[in-house]
Amino acid sequence: MNLWLWVLLAAAATYALKLAGYLLPKSLLDRPWVPSLAAALTVGLLASLVVSNTVAKGQGLVFDSRLLGLAAAVVALKFKAPYIVVVIVGGVATAAGRWAGLP
Amino acid sequence: MPRPNFTPAVRSGLSIAAAVGIYGVSFGALGVASGLSIAQTCALSLLMFTGGSQFAFVGVIAGGGTGLSALTAATLLGLRNGVYGMQLEALLRPSRLMAPVCAQFTIDESMANATAQEASDEQRRGFWTAGIGVFVTWNIFTLVGALAGNAMGDPARWGLDGAACAAFLGLLWPRLQGRDPIAIAVVCVVATILFTPFTAPGLPIIFAAVVAAVVWAVQQRRATA
Repeated sequence: MNLWLWVLLAAAATYALKLAGYLLPKSLLDRPWVPSLAAALTVGLLASLVVSNTVAKGQGLVFDSRLLGLAAAVVALKFKAPYIVVVIVGGVATAAGRWAGLP
Repeated sequence: MPRPNFTPAVRSGLSIAAAVGIYGVSFGALGVASGLSIAQTCALSLLMFTGGSQFAFVGVIAGGGTGLSALTAATLLGLRNGVYGMQLEALLRPSRLMAPVCAQFTIDESMANATAQEASDEQRRGFWTAGIGVFVTWNIFTLVGALAGNAMGDPARWGLDGAACAAFLGLLWPRLQGRDPIAIAVVCVVATILFTPFTAPGLPIIFAAVVAAVVWAVQQRRATA
């Protein structure tokens, strides 16, 4: 039940941000730092999410088959594979590693 | 009977909806793998409806992070939608009643498809076909993915945790254009690894956002110097 609360609060927060864009004075847009900072935060957060999902296990750093998945995803992206293919390749490579007996 | 008018904006909107919606399957499967229920996973797609933030939310939960960390990561990733909102308000000029509706459909894809058009009618059609189109496919396929993920049992056996890494990398990849974003990404990667052993799960992602802002500030100062 507690998790429901966070799901709904997070949805409300992200919607509020979207709506704020429509309601805030236009003069904010004339300041180029606003979109620039938003883009920088997006890159930083996504990079951090890549790493934490690949090597973190709780507070520990673990190197396991997820690294294979990440490496396979890099190759798929280099070949300009569509997004869904990148995700599937990452999953298949990780599953293959586990199937071969790797952690 | 009026014939449907498949203008270029409508056609590109529909093809975006078909392509993007399908990866709702991966979100649905990863949502239930992170420990959310099928209903909670679907609620995120219906109510939050912004892929990056949704993946961030379940990514933090999957790593054992708290609800508050998940909310913070999702909110920070949603900041760019606020910027889109400002740009779309200027472009579409919605009425007071329509602005809250436009807001819900403000995502990467509707923003991109609106700004790709020149005429203002086409911009409007581009926004709505991509926004509503992705909303429909994204939610249908989230449910499909959540049901499939639920039936799979142990998510690690199927490599769903590896699929999550690939999912985030796929979102990051197109944004790594030029030296500045690459520098931010590299510093945040290192920071996350350094923070992980010393902070509760989920918090390294929030700290990485702070680090990204600092690197950005340094880059801005250097650019104007």
